[in-house]
Amino acid sequence: MPSSVAAPTKGPADERTGDERTEGAAPASPAVPARSLLSGLAGWASVAWFLVPALVLFLVFVLAPIVVAVHNSFYKWGGVGPMVDFVGLENYVRLFDDQVFIGDMGRGLYLIVLSITVQLPFALFTAVLLNQKLRGRAVYRMLFFAPYILSEVVTAVLFTMIFLPGDGMADHLAGALGLEGLQGKWLADPSTVMPTLFVVMTWKYFGFHMMLFLAGLQGIPREVLDAASIDGANAWQRFRYVTLPLLGPTIRISVFLSVIGAIQLFDLVWVMTAGGPNHSSETMAISMFQFGFKRYQVGYASAISVVLFMISLVFSLFYQRYVLRRDLSGAVTTGGGR
Amino acid sequence: MASTHPSRRSFLALSGLTALSVSLTAACGGGGSEGGASADGKVSFEWWNIATTEPGKSLFPQIATAFMAAHPNIKIQTTSLENEAFKSKLTATTSSGKLPDVFQTWGGGVLQQQVDAGLVEDITDVLDWSTQLTPVSLEAYQIEGRTYGVPYDIGMVGFWYNKKLFAKAGVSTPPATWAEFLDTVGKLKAAGVTPIALAGKEKWPGHYYWAYLAMRVAGLPALQEAAASKDFTGPGFVQAGAHLKELVDLQPFQPSFLGAGYATPGGQAASMGNGKAAMELMGQWAPSVQKDAGADLGADLGFFPFPTVEGGVGKIDEVFGGGGGFALRKGAPKEALEFLKFFVLENESKLLASNGYLPVVKGAESQLTDANKKVVAGSLAKATGFQLFLDQAYPPAVGQEVNDSVADLIAGKKTPEQVTQSITEAAKSA
Repeated sequence: MPSSVAAPTKGPADERTGDERTEGAAPASPAVPARSLLSGLAGWASVAWFLVPALVLFLVFVLAPIVVAVHNSFYKWGGVGPMVDFVGLENYVRLFDDQVFIGDMGRGLYLIVLSITVQLPFALFTAVLLNQKLRGRAVYRMLFFAPYILSEVVTAVLFTMIFLPGDGMADHLAGALGLEGLQGKWLADPSTVMPTLFVVMTWKYFGFHMMLFLAGLQGIPREVLDAASIDGANAWQRFRYVTLPLLGPTIRISVFLSVIGAIQLFDLVWVMTAGGPNHSSETMAISMFQFGFKRYQVGYASAISVVLFMISLVFSLFYQRYVLRRDLSGAVTTGGGR
Repeated sequence: MASTHPSRRSFLALSGLTALSVSLTAACGGGGSEGGASADGKVSFEWWNIATTEPGKSLFPQIATAFMAAHPNIKIQTTSLENEAFKSKLTATTSSGKLPDVFQTWGGGVLQQQVDAGLVEDITDVLDWSTQLTPVSLEAYQIEGRTYGVPYDIGMVGFWYNKKLFAKAGVSTPPATWAEFLDTVGKLKAAGVTPIALAGKEKWPGHYYWAYLAMRVAGLPALQEAAASKDFTGPGFVQAGAHLKELVDLQPFQPSFLGAGYATPGGQAASMGNGKAAMELMGQWAPSVQKDAGADLGADLGFFPFPTVEGGVGKIDEVFGGGGGFALRKGAPKEALEFLKFFVLENESKLLASNGYLPVVKGAESQLTDANKKVVAGSLAKATGFQLFLDQAYPPAVGQEVNDSVADLIAGKKTPEQVTQSITEAAKSA
């Protein structure tokens, strides 16, 4: 996964070393004659032929499960016997009447807002810091990136130990800092569990965003910054008016990945709190798992999964259409590369 | 390029959740092979068990091999699956209408669903050796007077307590009534001892309290009636919750118990094993888990049954627990039942000697050597009534709602009335 994530973000960053303003239009013009060559029937046939394996995989592993999930969500089905109890939209009605699920969406939003306002600026700050000439900066980069490579479950078990009431490192640390009020709470108290969870998320993922930002920063030509210096811009002004705008495409991708990640958060929470105490850290994915695999209410769980999917999909499409528009040419939502 | 990646990620998440339905349909192809006799008189049948850990891991195949050696015409095809994997595979197989010839069952709600679907063999009339088994162990597999399974293990829940800490608080005899119990909790607190260890994160240990209180206040028949009528709002159930609230109001649990697991480091079992709490309400497996997660309390560990409640109809020798058994697919070869007879009756001493199981055969408890197991087996032998774990006795959705609602009650988020309403709601919509 890291390689496929790094690839698209390197793309825009690299292209920007060329002329920023014409980036969108330049690749499109040579593509037009190429496309007309393919319009012949033979061309289409061979295209279709080459697409078959990918299409089959896509149908079986992507489209079919979605269709099955949507179908199941219209039934009341306990996983045993034939699916006969068609209930229409009842599962969805129940869903939006379920206080826990409404809370799930609120908690998702909470994590999104904190990710964008705290985690990403922090990642950007470290990236800028480590983009300077600094003794041992490769070591720092590796250290900060290392948590991202760790598996989610390992991370969660590790932090369960750190936040262990009484004996955990966090309790000792809080005691040493005179924060006795926090001792024994962390993951065990409904009022502290979400901030604690966010700290773990930040620890786990900020290094990844830092790497994205570093890649973006390295794509910013020295000359532009030098020119700004000559014009009398101080360090802050150089960052604010040169670095930040040129980093725009990378930041937009980072925000996108953070939001999708927060909406679908599962493994960290499942291992650390299982959504507790008393649903106070439950996410949509956790609710879905609870109903699907613990209560065997497959129809209802499917309805949750469909809503989760729709939220992710709608967000993705809108984000691509209105925010990433300038960064991506030829994306589905730009209406043919406009 | 960047556009496809994130959406693929969301698709992946979705395929994760729809994997359930896919695996359900995919598994339709598998399932039980055609057992039964072939022309040359050879019989083969399938046997699904959950013996993936010791002692069953080596003991179960030994038993199967011994049986096949004694019956050269019979072949047993064994499939051993981990607990959760077994449940999902069996669910998938059930939805296709086919079960393996002999399969692990815990009885209760799931077995009832399988029976209702017409998939399980009624063995009431052919089980001529049922009188050799303890009635308590058979109960989970009996539905409306008919028997659908054979037990090989049975256990119960009760209070495990630290005798040293009880002595420190000046409590010489374990409490026998709820009032005495609350009094004991007060004394322990006054002596600076955490009275009870509870795994608040995992919810199922908390449901034991509510279930036992419901048994003691409303009585066993009321629990069965409620399951049938799907109405848990009776005064006995509300009162059970109120009694639990009395206990919770004393703040008897270890600090931060809401985040504590059961067998995890710093969890319920570790608190008990390390002597940081005076008691826990847990099943017969508690001593071994305490040993693994914390330390072995040895002779300091004692056991007492759940106290009776003043004015309640339940008796102290009515037990709450569960075990393990095997059921037969409808139409399974009759040799499969022969195998179960061999497994249970002739291998009981081996099962008990392995120290992993409790006796289901009458009188076998005398073979036990482990002191803790002896106490539990003794209580089971004397038991006059039995209630299966509520999350096994009831359909999964109801059982989970009991766990969830009782956890909310313990955290002060639900009143006793709201608990009974939530469970009723889940039962009606399940």
